[in-house]
Amino acid sequence: MTDVIATAADRAARATPPSVARRVRGLSDRAIAWLFVAPTIFLLLAINIFPLIWTIRLSFTNFAANRPNREVDWVGLRNYERILTDGDIWLSMQATAHFLFWTIALQVLIGFALAWLINQKFRGDDLWTTIIVLPMMLSPAVVGNFWTFLYQPQIGLFNYAVAWVTGADPSSFEMLGSVTLAPWAIVIVDTWMWTPFVMLICLAGLRSIPESIYEAAEIDRASPWRQFWTITVPMVAPFLMLAVLFRGIENFKMFDLVVQLTGGGPGSVTELASINLKREAFEKWRTGYSSAYAVILFVTIFGLASIYVKALNRVKAR
Amino acid sequence: MSAHSVTEPSPGRKRVAAALVVAYALITLLPLMWIFATGFKSPPDSIAYPPKIAFEPTLEGYVNLFTTRTRVTPEQLQALPPPDGLAETIVRNRDMVIAGPSKFGERFMNSVIIGFGSTFLSIFLGTLAAYAFSRFRIPLSDDLLFFILSTRMMPPIAVAIPIFLMYRTLGLSDTHLGMILLYTAVNISLAVWLLKGFIDEIPREYEEAALIDGYTRFQAFVKVVLPQAATGIASTAIFCLIFAWNEYAFAVLLTSGTAQTAPPFIPTIIGVGGQDWPAVAAGATLFLLPVLVFTVLLRKHLLRGITFGAVRK
Amino acid sequence: MTTRRLMSSAAVAALTLSAAGAAQAENLTLCWAAWDPANALVELSKEFEAQSGHSMSFEFVPWPNFADRMLNELNSGGQLCDLLIGDSQWIGGGAENGHYVKLNDFFDREGISMDDFAPATVYAYSTWPKGAPNYYALPAMGDANGWFYRKDWFARPEIREAFKAEHGRELAEPTSQRELMEIARFFQGREIDGQTRYGVSIFTERGSEGITMGATGALYAWGFKYENTPGSYDMAGAVNSPEAVEALEFYKELYQCCTPPGYTNAYMEQSLDAFKSGQVAMAMNWFAFFPGLYADPDTGGEHIDFFVNPPQNVPASTLGGQGISVVAYSEKQDAALEYIKWFAQPEVQAKWWALGGYSAHNSVLNDPGFPDSQPFAADFLKAMENVQDFWQEPAYASLLLAMQKRLHDYVVADQGTAQEALDMLIEDWTEVFEDEGKL
Repeated sequence: MTDVIATAADRAARATPPSVARRVRGLSDRAIAWLFVAPTIFLLLAINIFPLIWTIRLSFTNFAANRPNREVDWVGLRNYERILTDGDIWLSMQATAHFLFWTIALQVLIGFALAWLINQKFRGDDLWTTIIVLPMMLSPAVVGNFWTFLYQPQIGLFNYAVAWVTGADPSSFEMLGSVTLAPWAIVIVDTWMWTPFVMLICLAGLRSIPESIYEAAEIDRASPWRQFWTITVPMVAPFLMLAVLFRGIENFKMFDLVVQLTGGGPGSVTELASINLKREAFEKWRTGYSSAYAVILFVTIFGLASIYVKALNRVKAR
Repeated sequence: MSAHSVTEPSPGRKRVAAALVVAYALITLLPLMWIFATGFKSPPDSIAYPPKIAFEPTLEGYVNLFTTRTRVTPEQLQALPPPDGLAETIVRNRDMVIAGPSKFGERFMNSVIIGFGSTFLSIFLGTLAAYAFSRFRIPLSDDLLFFILSTRMMPPIAVAIPIFLMYRTLGLSDTHLGMILLYTAVNISLAVWLLKGFIDEIPREYEEAALIDGYTRFQAFVKVVLPQAATGIASTAIFCLIFAWNEYAFAVLLTSGTAQTAPPFIPTIIGVGGQDWPAVAAGATLFLLPVLVFTVLLRKHLLRGITFGAVRK
Repeated sequence: MTTRRLMSSAAVAALTLSAAGAAQAENLTLCWAAWDPANALVELSKEFEAQSGHSMSFEFVPWPNFADRMLNELNSGGQLCDLLIGDSQWIGGGAENGHYVKLNDFFDREGISMDDFAPATVYAYSTWPKGAPNYYALPAMGDANGWFYRKDWFARPEIREAFKAEHGRELAEPTSQRELMEIARFFQGREIDGQTRYGVSIFTERGSEGITMGATGALYAWGFKYENTPGSYDMAGAVNSPEAVEALEFYKELYQCCTPPGYTNAYMEQSLDAFKSGQVAMAMNWFAFFPGLYADPDTGGEHIDFFVNPPQNVPASTLGGQGISVVAYSEKQDAALEYIKWFAQPEVQAKWWALGGYSAHNSVLNDPGFPDSQPFAADFLKAMENVQDFWQEPAYASLLLAMQKRLHDYVVADQGTAQEALDMLIEDWTEVFEDEGKL
């Protein structure tokens, strides 16, 4: 059995019987609870929340981390204004959107199909599942770097394989060098890496469907096609949506893989938001400006995720 | 069509499904096989056209990975004493001599130190917090848990700006301690969420019995809960380790040498005059191999780990 | 007045004391780019280790990551490097942000005179503000962007005849940028020894500084200037002058007509690869690589020759090269200064050149035997006469990144026109200088 996102209710349902707590010697439960939670909260405050507040503060200044001697001025909302009116940033948002949409679409499609196939319970399905899962556990930077080799015109395995299948000349196209192909090159590698993630979650969804539902459908003489659309798809939907949420957040933050693959090029066609932000923050050292940029990205992710989680809960409730 | 049981697909359908899955698995495996194979190619073989499938294996990539080399003239080469060992022989074939060790060993060790250090710390803190969240009534516990999770949503680059400034002030830039603390902070959300799930599954009756037997709460935690949660702790630890092992963005921004880990280092391996792909592939192979082993070990808990415990089997 | 003098003499005494105390053996780390000359420096430094008792460690970072990583290191106040051979453009930031130790007092004390080094290198690698007698580095490695070609192909009768038939002149080292393109076009796609060859490999790299360093080779030769009046930051009419537009269009045409496939993101390593694998007839790269290229068993020796960046309207070359600085955050500054003192000696400089490093010391460069000491030595002297560098402003990284983007968008990604690219570049740069409070 599987349960999707432990709900608040079942968390609250667990409470210590006070009678037990009172009877024990040593530290009170209350003290232990705080003692156990405090270090974690402290660490997160120090390395997550304090920096976040600092970022928000910096976003209203013209501070530059590489110019410690320069006077820091408050510039109000100017950084935000500049970002939101900067055409280059909108281009990198577009690149991010293209990347997000296509990686998620392909991964959902292929991931679901694979899960459905694996759920046909053939011999050795466990072994093959494990093999398929391997890419997603690996270091994106190291693997991404190696893909630049696979994508080389002429000598690269990818170009050669495509040439072998299509009969085209392997040096006639440049996956990473061409403005039209590069956005697809990063989609391909991300899909290769992360399809298994969607697949695993879908598989859990498929396996959570009780057999009795199909048996009942069979008695009603529902066609397999109809069973697929009225039972399988709706039952897997919440799982699929969860997978999309995870992939969405991760790919919105995408940095390591794409930086290694294209570095944002050619020109700026694969310069995703995180790569763009890195340039502003750690190459141009416009700390104030990039802090505002970071805040905007964070609010975007958080906002989109919240809306999405609401939708997810509605689907689950159905 | 409905002659067989719905839940038990027909043998034909199984065969087709198996064929498709195996085909996909082989294609997906190809790049990894290519990394592995390239590590044993000579540099000319690695960039041969068409790509070479059959080749004479050599350890040159591994030798190049672990050494720095300098080119010498044939006359100088003649004057040298006979090569000492396999590595020297391989290098001399390219008119070079070994000048010293490369930085790969150090960077790999940094990955090990920072990976294990932060894993230990996240598991230690995470187990405590997870136990408290699982067993005690903590005010605002849902909000706290969600807060812990939400720290994972920030793009690392965005968090890196203030951390960079903070570490500069505290002198933690490019130190093992700094990276361990940072990776712990990132991993702790995963650790708390996963471990809470595992501890939730341990029946509370065990502890209560122990408490009645006169154990203190702390003793009950150590002697009853921890052993029960051992598998969960181990798999959580592996997830934390894999994350710290693979992390790139913070490493590239906050380390430059002393504490630099392997992921930012491996892509910068270059040879003498031209990218040395066999050496890169050798480095990648050594670096990816532990994770492959862990993945196989973890396969039962994989789903749970990658979804923060949201989906369990 | 007296108190101050007393204080300062006390400070001097304290310094001497600490210097005496620091006479113990240190382990110094020198940071530089990972390239051929760095290996030569390791060799050279063995002598220093033997003489001083200090030991040397090296941290060499590949060029595409070098600036990024080292500037990050400096900006984080890191102590990884005691000595840094940093790129010429970093000097402004290094000086103004206090990353580099000012060396004037040390030079005076040790009797090191900047007059002993080639003026162009002192100006470019050591001074800030530009040309002022404030020294933050000692010229360590002179360098410029130059060209090399397949001398053996150029000498083949059938190739020479074909070229003459096509162009009515002898095939020879180009004397202008336009001639260079003509020759490149001639070789593009030509079969030599049963293999398809290409014209040139040029810099097109996006991530660090590649395409800027390549394209400025054309821009400077057409007479490109950053400002109408030096120091005024008035760029309109200079940066986007008709000559600049023509030069940029030329660079794009050269990229499109005459480079091998797949060289969309190429810098030093790729340029070397293209040449050494026999793909191209000509290639651009830094003089720093020329000793290694000449020594290459397959494409060096009688297969190769070198030429200085051809002029178009004016003779000009893009400056490379670095000075050596002491990092202000180092705790081993005394030992680091000792290294610089040792390195500045004429004998050491002579050995530096012999090992493959480009000394900037007059005693080496003015030696009558210098031009003939290597096949590229005379070209090097000629290049260094007319070098031009990118902005060396503290905000150089922002300026460079803007140029990288505009050039790559235009040349490689084929977006917009040269005029638009340069106009937008002025806008970007104006914004940077406004943020800096300089405009």
